Order: sequence, then structure tokens, then C-alpha cells
Amino acid sequence: MEEERKTPRLDELERGPWPSFVTEIKRAAVKSEAADDLLGLLEKSYEDKVGHWKHGGIVGVKGYGGGVIGRYTDMPEEFPHLREFHTMRLNQPSGWFYTSEALRKICDIWEKHGSGLTNFHGSTGDVILLGTTTSELQPTFDEFSDAGFDLGGSGSDLRSPSCCVGPGRCEFACYDTLDMCFDLTNEYQDELHRPMWPYKFKIKMSGCANDCVAAIARADLSVIGTWRDCIRIDQDEVKAYAAGGLDIQTAVCDKCPTRALHFNARSGELSVDGEDCSRCMHCVNVMTKAIRQGREKGATLLIGAKSTIVKSAFLSWVVVPFMKLESPYTEFKELLSRIWDWWDENGKTRERIGELIYRVGMGEFLRAVGLPPVPQMVFRPRANPYVFWPEDEIVKQEQQAAPPESGQE
Amino acid sequence: MAKTDKGPPDYRQFLPPIIKENYGKWKYHEHVKPGVLKHVGETGELYSIRVGSPRLVSVDFIRDICDLADEFCDGHLRFTSRNNIEFLTPDQAKVDPLIEACRAKGLPVGGTGKAMSNIVHTQGWIHCHTPATDASGIVKAVMDDLFEYFTRDDLPNKLTVAMACCLNMCGAVHCSDIAILGVHRTVPRINHDIIRKGTEIPSLVACCPTAAIRPDPKNKSVSLHNARCMYCGNCYTMSPGMEIMDAANDGIAILVGGKVSNARSAPSFSRMVIPFLPNNPPRWPETTEAVRHIVEIWVRQARKGERVGEWIERIGWERFFTLADIPFSDKLIDDYVFSRETYRTTAAFKY
Repeated sequence: MEEERKTPRLDELERGPWPSFVTEIKRAAVKSEAADDLLGLLEKSYEDKVGHWKHGGIVGVKGYGGGVIGRYTDMPEEFPHLREFHTMRLNQPSGWFYTSEALRKICDIWEKHGSGLTNFHGSTGDVILLGTTTSELQPTFDEFSDAGFDLGGSGSDLRSPSCCVGPGRCEFACYDTLDMCFDLTNEYQDELHRPMWPYKFKIKMSGCANDCVAAIARADLSVIGTWRDCIRIDQDEVKAYAAGGLDIQTAVCDKCPTRALHFNARSGELSVDGEDCSRCMHCVNVMTKAIRQGREKGATLLIGAKSTIVKSAFLSWVVVPFMKLESPYTEFKELLSRIWDWWDENGKTRERIGELIYRVGMGEFLRAVGLPPVPQMVFRPRANPYVFWPEDEIVKQEQQAAPPESGQE
Repeated sequence: MAKTDKGPPDYRQFLPPIIKENYGKWKYHEHVKPGVLKHVGETGELYSIRVGSPRLVSVDFIRDICDLADEFCDGHLRFTSRNNIEFLTPDQAKVDPLIEACRAKGLPVGGTGKAMSNIVHTQGWIHCHTPATDASGIVKAVMDDLFEYFTRDDLPNKLTVAMACCLNMCGAVHCSDIAILGVHRTVPRINHDIIRKGTEIPSLVACCPTAAIRPDPKNKSVSLHNARCMYCGNCYTMSPGMEIMDAANDGIAILVGGKVSNARSAPSFSRMVIPFLPNNPPRWPETTEAVRHIVEIWVRQARKGERVGEWIERIGWERFFTLADIPFSDKLIDDYVFSRETYRTTAAFKY
């Protein structure tokens, strides 16, 4: 470089106790001209208050339709090394577990082929490799593939499924989120790598209703661990919590949303009305040692979450109150393929499954995929009388008009 | 050509022995101190030391944390869904030396239990083509300002803050305790040449949620009914000819009170409380101040165990605006498709 780049605005963001992304870009800039140009471009954005990236173009690697996001700056003259600055997504291991050896492999390959800048991780869960040129895409992929990695999803495909830490480190996991995520990702490699749907489809797996991967807020299919029988209470541990100073009445019973828990201060015993419990996880969270989930574990399946664009944000809603989830997840996969078929058949371009169901009606969806309607699917039933009655449930006009004798054999 | 469709690496090869031994057999966990979790299984204990990361990191940063993992954790570590790093070790004696080593490298330890966790965020001006603001810079400014809340764990409950640089919300901020959201406020500027060159006009027309975009066959382009446009930017995703970034008018909105956990109350959306704050790089003082203000009132006023939204729902949103001394305006009253359920249909309320 002829002269040192001046970035007074960005330099301001190197101060303060939180680790600085500007420092990180500068570290990458020592070895990468693209990262150095990125400093200059970002400083320009901080000056202009607008972004300087153009609409993506279609770039990729052989055999794949997704996994790479094309990116070009609108100031190629000033920042020639950002003329092409594409993102690659690497599919993360379940639960984001790594060894230093695996991470170093990623670093070495990426430093060789790209800017050396990364996101650990992107919002969907992939490792994001920020910035390389079109001609480097294939060699980068080849080397990652040889090292045991693969691309994640992008575009109108199955996005890389993601899951919470699950049984790897959590006593609340009601099914094996890590295994199921790995299993589904491998089963649906074609759907993940070759966009063929109306829009994106996300699957997220949380082991319990605490929902640490925010499945209910952002997955088209949210898999949230639960149990069907009753919580189990260890009275000795209850007494230990009370002796330790926990105000069980206030912190646990009063906060139970269904008032299903009762604490007898005199005997020091905690009891539950099992049928009233909605399995929200609050008491289990607060009294981990004393209250355990039931024994019959599985998951609730919910459908349709997405963020605001375009018909407002949706939270996923219940479509299967309880399903046992054990490898090879056959019942789940059969349902999923019915859902995908119906969506693929009926969805408009860029219409998420939740928006499609909202457009055509939940009844239509349930009939199409063969799910029985149950009250767990709604907070409360409809308040209007506008039911779309199926033809086979009404008496036809011609039958009414006919004289009573006719039609008899 | 390399093999395709291999799938992600098998997570099982990355699990430390203590996890393999206790897989699915964990008994309980404890919050040892801010940033340190202890999980107890049948064959021993696992300590997780949680460390904040800027998420946008160089490969050298990753190598630094690999060095720490090698020195203290036999090379084992993971990342959380909020972009924190977690070092994993069964050896209690390693915990404090590891924390010291993290501090020496400028890595903050915290974010567990009743603390503010890392801010999940989007790309912003770093790498996105539709942002209304930056993301990493605002996150850095807010985390600097609220640093103490990451390193202590005596808040009313956990605090999740999220940042998305436009309404696409790649960061899924819509269910966060506090959401910082980039917003546009002006209609897209139509570049007819670009649209004529390579835009599928029917798709562009169909993508508009308010039918503000109409075909203009004479021009082989589209026209815009300005009054109907709500500046969502969906059209720009469909066509680069719908330029929506506007340096003078883009900025930030603040939404609060969302959650995803089912504990106690149902998952819920964040609600807008401040419709607009100016884009003021490099440190966005109006935004950091607004976020701090809301956090401080919550810490002061909420009962033990209440998330931001639970606190506000208990006291009432009308009371929140009084307590927080945040001006209310018609901009905060929904007028989009699901608006009616937000109107107060009772004569009982507070001041």
C-alpha cells in the first residue's frame, strides 16, 4: 500500500471494553488487500450513512444452487479488491461444537482463499466466510470439501437446520436435538443445496420450551421438546431449596401460569395438579434439582414462523401437540414431505409456508397434509360464524326440492 | 472436483470425553458465577466458561481462542446461539486461570443466567445490500455502554438484545427484550433503466404488500403510489431498480418486550416504543442512550424473574410510557394488517 489508510470514524470503535470488530478487520487487513479495502469502504459508509454494496449476482460452485451469496461493491474504482466480495456459508456442526483442530482447518483454508474475515456464526447458524472472488469459489469449496466440510443453504432452499446444545450439555433436552439436526441435514442434502421451492424453509430444534435457538420465532418448522405425563418432584430437594432461602411460593408457585403448583409451608412439601400443568418450564428452570420433566418425552411441532417481511411477523403455531422423536425420525420425515409437497404445489413465489397457510386457511392445510384438528392448535376457537362447509356435510338443493316419495327405491 | 453433498462434519467427533460420558444423562446445572456454568452428570462435572465475541472476527481471533482451548480445555469449545464462545472443561482448577487468560486477551466473560447476553445482529454496512443502518458498529457501541450488564447476573431475568439493519430482520429481532431495528422512511426511487434491463415486472408488482407498485406498460417499467408505500424495502430485494437507501432519512427504531421462551408466558413479539432515532455513526449516542434508559428502568422497577415484556404487561403499556417518560404518538399505533387486536377494547386502564 502506498500510504496508510485513514479511518478516524472506525478507529473510534476500537475504544471501549467490548471486543472490537474494527480491530478484527484491521487484523485481517494485515494479510488481505480485500480486508484492507473493506476498512476503507466501511469508513466511507460511516461518512455517507449508506451501504456501498450492490445487489448480488448469481455465483456458485459446481453442482450447487446455493451456499454462496454474490456481492459486489458500488465503488469498484476506489476499492478494487471489493469488486467481487462473495460470502460462502459453511454448514455448522450440530450444537456448534468444535475442536481447535477443526477450527484451525477452517482458518487455514479461508486465509488462503479469502479475506480471512468470518462470522461465527450467521443468524441461521452457518459459519459465514466473508469475502472472496468468483474465481476462488470453486478452489475454496474443493478444499473445504476435502477437509470434511460442506456448504450451507441459501436462496429458496432448505436452510441449514440448527439446534440447541441438547443432551450434549443440558438436562432439559426432551429429545436428541444434536442427532436429529445431523440426521435431517444429511437426509435432505439435495433440498439444502439446490433451491427448488417457492422460498426458503427453516427447521430449528430446541430441546425444551425454553427454546434456546428461538425456533418458535424464526423456523418454518419449529421442533420444541416437551413431555406428555407429569413433572416429577423430589421433596427432599424441595426442602433443600427452601432451606437455601428460595421463596418457593413467590418465585415458583405464584409464577406458575396455570396455578398448578401448591407449596405447603408447614410440611415443606410441593405438590402439582398434573392435569393443570402446561409444561412451560418455569418451575423446572428455577428448581432444577427438585423438579424434573415427565418420563414420556418428545416434541411439539409448530409451523410458520418468520420475521416481518412481508405480511407481518408470525410465531409458529401448533400442528402436532406431541410426537415421539427417535432415530430414524420416520413419522417426522413423512409429515415433512407431505408439508413440502403441499407448499411446493400451492405456494406463490417468495411465499413462506406460514403465509400460504394464512392465505388459504388452516383447515385446508390440515386436510391436505392429513393432520387431525385438535384444540391444542388454537388459543381459542373462532368468534365469527363464517365456516367454509365442505360439500359432503350439507344437504344439496336438489335433494331438498325433491318430493318426499321420489328417490326411494 | 471435490465431492458434493457430504453434509456438515459429524458433531460427535468434537464432543469432549466428559460430554460423551454424560450425554443425555445430565442431572442439573448451577450458575457458579457470571459467565460460568457447572453441569453435573453421572460421571463428573462440566464447566462452561462463556465469553463475548464481536461475531465479525478474523481467522487470527479464532486461532487465539483455539490457543485458549488448547491450553485449558484440551481443545474443546463451542459457540452459543447468541454468538458467544463457550470453553468446555471438566477441571474446576482450570476455570479461574482461563478467565484470567481471557481477560488478558480482552475477551469479556459473562452473559450467563440473569445477565445481558451478546447482541445477535446482521451484516449492516459490512456486507449487506439493503441496510438502513450499520449493525456491528451499533452493537459495539451498545455493548460498550451496557458492558456491566454482561458481566453481572443479578438482573430481574435474562436480557436479550438484538439488532437488525433493515426490515428483512435477518437477525430475527422481532421477539427480543429489546430490538434495535434499521428503518427506511422514504419511498424507493425508481430507476427505469435498471428495471427495463433485467427486472421481472410481474414479480416486482406482486411483491409489494400494499399494492403501491403498479405496472407501467407504456414505460416497460413500474409506477409507485407513494401514499401506499410503507418503506419495507421488499421491492429492492426483487429489483435493484427500486433504490431505497436514503442517507438523510434512514435510521433506527426501538422495539421492546418480546421473548421466545415459553416459561410463564407465551412467546411474544417486541413492540415499537421509539419510531425513529437518527443514524449517528460512529457511536450512535441517541440509540445507546435510549437502550440504556429502558434497561435501567426495567432493572429498577421489575419484580424478580420478570423479563422486560412480562414486566410491561403486568404494569400495562400505558404505565410503561409514563414511567419511561417516552413520548407516545400515532406512529406507535399499528395500522397494518393485524392492528385491531392491539386496540384497547376495555374501559379499564392506568395512567
